Amino acid sequence: MVHFPPPRRQMVGPGRTRCCGPPGAAPAMNCRAEVLEVSVEGRQVEEAMLAVLHTVLLHRSTGKFHYKKEGTYSIGTVGTQDVDCDFIDFAYVRVSSEELDRALRKAVGEFKDALRGSGSDGMGQISLEFYQKKKSRWPFSDECIPWELWTIKVNVVNLANEQERQICREKVGEKLCEKIINIVEVMNRHEYLPKMPTQSEVDNVFDTSLKDVQPYLYKISYQITDSLGTSVTTTMRRLIKDTLAL
Amino acid sequence: MDTDLSSQDRKDLDKFIKFFALKTVQVIVQARLGEKICTRSSSSPTGSDWFNLAIKDIPEVTHEAKKALAGQLPAVGRSMCVEISLKTSEGDSMELELWCLEMNEKCDKEIKVSYTVYNRLSLLLKSLLAITRVTPAYRLSRKQGHEYVILYRIYFGEVQLSGLGEGFQTVRVGTVGTPVGTITLSCAYRINLAFMSTRQFERTPPIMGIIIDHFVDRPYPSSSPMHPCNYRAGEDNGAVYPSVEDSQEVCTSSFSTSPPSQCVFTVTKAHFQTPPPVVTDTLKVPMMGLAFSHQPAALGVGSADMGYPVLFAGGLHAAHPHQLIGPGKEGGVPPVPSQPAHGTQADQERMCTPLDGVHYSAATPSSSEDTETVSNSSEGKCGSPHDLLETIFVRKVGAFVNKPINQVTMANLDIPFAMFAPKNVELEDNDPMVNPPDSPETESPLQGSLHSEGSSGSSTGNTHDDFVMIDFKPAFSKDDILPMDLGTFYREFQNPPQLSSLSIDIGAQSMAEDLDSLPEKLAVHEKNVKEFDAFVETLQ
Repeated sequence: MVHFPPPRRQMVGPGRTRCCGPPGAAPAMNCRAEVLEVSVEGRQVEEAMLAVLHTVLLHRSTGKFHYKKEGTYSIGTVGTQDVDCDFIDFAYVRVSSEELDRALRKAVGEFKDALRGSGSDGMGQISLEFYQKKKSRWPFSDECIPWELWTIKVNVVNLANEQERQICREKVGEKLCEKIINIVEVMNRHEYLPKMPTQSEVDNVFDTSLKDVQPYLYKISYQITDSLGTSVTTTMRRLIKDTLAL
Repeated sequence: MDTDLSSQDRKDLDKFIKFFALKTVQVIVQARLGEKICTRSSSSPTGSDWFNLAIKDIPEVTHEAKKALAGQLPAVGRSMCVEISLKTSEGDSMELELWCLEMNEKCDKEIKVSYTVYNRLSLLLKSLLAITRVTPAYRLSRKQGHEYVILYRIYFGEVQLSGLGEGFQTVRVGTVGTPVGTITLSCAYRINLAFMSTRQFERTPPIMGIIIDHFVDRPYPSSSPMHPCNYRAGEDNGAVYPSVEDSQEVCTSSFSTSPPSQCVFTVTKAHFQTPPPVVTDTLKVPMMGLAFSHQPAALGVGSADMGYPVLFAGGLHAAHPHQLIGPGKEGGVPPVPSQPAHGTQADQERMCTPLDGVHYSAATPSSSEDTETVSNSSEGKCGSPHDLLETIFVRKVGAFVNKPINQVTMANLDIPFAMFAPKNVELEDNDPMVNPPDSPETESPLQGSLHSEGSSGSSTGNTHDDFVMIDFKPAFSKDDILPMDLGTFYREFQNPPQLSSLSIDIGAQSMAEDLDSLPEKLAVHEKNVKEFDAFVETLQ
């Protein structure tokens, strides 16, 4: 029977930013950042975003950890399911976790509504950031150290007729296929991943609030760009339990 | 630093690579079945899910993969390849993709086997899950069924890219470094979709399993001579695969203390006894009684060993159209007689299409429920394991063999609505009707759409005395393979029962009852006069 050896504590390499720092803060030095761009029709925004976010989270989720004595642990099983898009000729695979799906849908729904809102030219971006928490002593709040940042830039187009919509369906489907390949390529580089934590540290690395899977700690935020190209609305949404600043 | 691999690590690594190869094949083949895959996450480790991923094991696929590997592991110059190809009902086939699991010499001695390699292999499998939905063959495989089917073939050795045509593209799924080499998983897929000529199936090894759906009836599992490749699955049908013996090897490195449980699902015979629905375009077909002879070779199967005549639930021989309109028919059949001759031609060609599909069956109404789920390959129900079986071509004698009907010897064919069949053609009664997925009764030619509705109350049983509709081509309906269109709808709902209120007898009875109950009703109303008056007031 093979067990994982007890993980060693390690200083986290990347530079630090405050947990509740300004939204537009640059990612820390060693944080890997990837940017994807898509042009979609209004009704395709949700599915396109979900496809990308779910694909990233598929790679960044494990089964639930169950710690045992001697510091070893076992890992639960991650199921997957196919999702067909209604407005795009595309299908993707996501983790079989309703909670995770709900969380993503909520974030994407807010993003979509913000995109539709006034002041926007149909351009915006949604970011998925993976981070680690580093506990600090009182009175300092915990630090959130991002180690991977995915940004999806969205440009919403308006189409005039059904024929254009049909072409858009196919084109966006092809584009999303390319994006998935890009994502997989990045994942395959096997670059920095947080070390497997001990039981006491698991909440600093993973989101343990879901009952069936365990993604790395993540947060989703979005920005809407107005027609002048400046950032008008910035909203930070925390989708995981977080320690707030004092 | 000890750079040599300890023997335990070496053993673990070999095991990981072996199961990784098997799981890779499962993921690829399952992604080409044409159905949506759904597996559940489980927070408690079962100890049997390799790489902490819920990937079901289809025994046939595991069997094929093990056979191809023959106890070896991917190594330099020896790659495991899964070839995905498409075969049309006319027999043309085309290689679509080639998935290669290769090993090269670049070693990473520092890496931890039981930890990092395992996790990276898990990540690679997730990437494979994502990439398999992204290549062009995925969309083709989701639409397979009538016109074409998707096949897979596993081989071990040199990678053969020649079948992919010119300008094929490659996508790399990922790599994992190990102390003995770097595992690489990639896919080369065809861009140029122009058809190749019919393949030579004698080239070794021949096409193996057929990935289509599962609803294939195999009424003669034991007696059917197996074509070495296509029908391979047949002889293994219902057998419990030796994959069970692997259960001992299952996933001991999943860090769980619970005993490894078998995650392999076994195919039981029961699954194969469901009469599979026939998914074909039957709007015109059955009526025609297609008598063209379908050469087995035309399917591209190639081998002369194919002892299976084609099953079709066909109905009536076009060769003897007069039998349809024969004795017992009064009056001529209006435009119909000209249709058989002309329709036969068209249908002959069309017939090719469904025949190559997987879905042959003795059509029974009970299977109509299953047909719903089969026909729409895009209907993603969470595939339970038994749905994902590759199946075989089941060919039985059917009406589309160009021989006299009395040679049809299917034991368990029966036609729904046999009572509607023209009684004079008794042998034809034995030919099952083709069932489109959601219109179980395709016997409508015999329901006589030309039969006036005026013959009220009469049971539909005597409609066959009158006009027999040979073919039904509703105007503006889609002349296509979709299971439900105007013609099907029309046929389904052609003979609704009489409205009871139109029936004089019933009407007469209720009238008498009404008259009897009138006095009571009047008494009640008189009691409530005041309320009624108040009500009337409010209206004014």
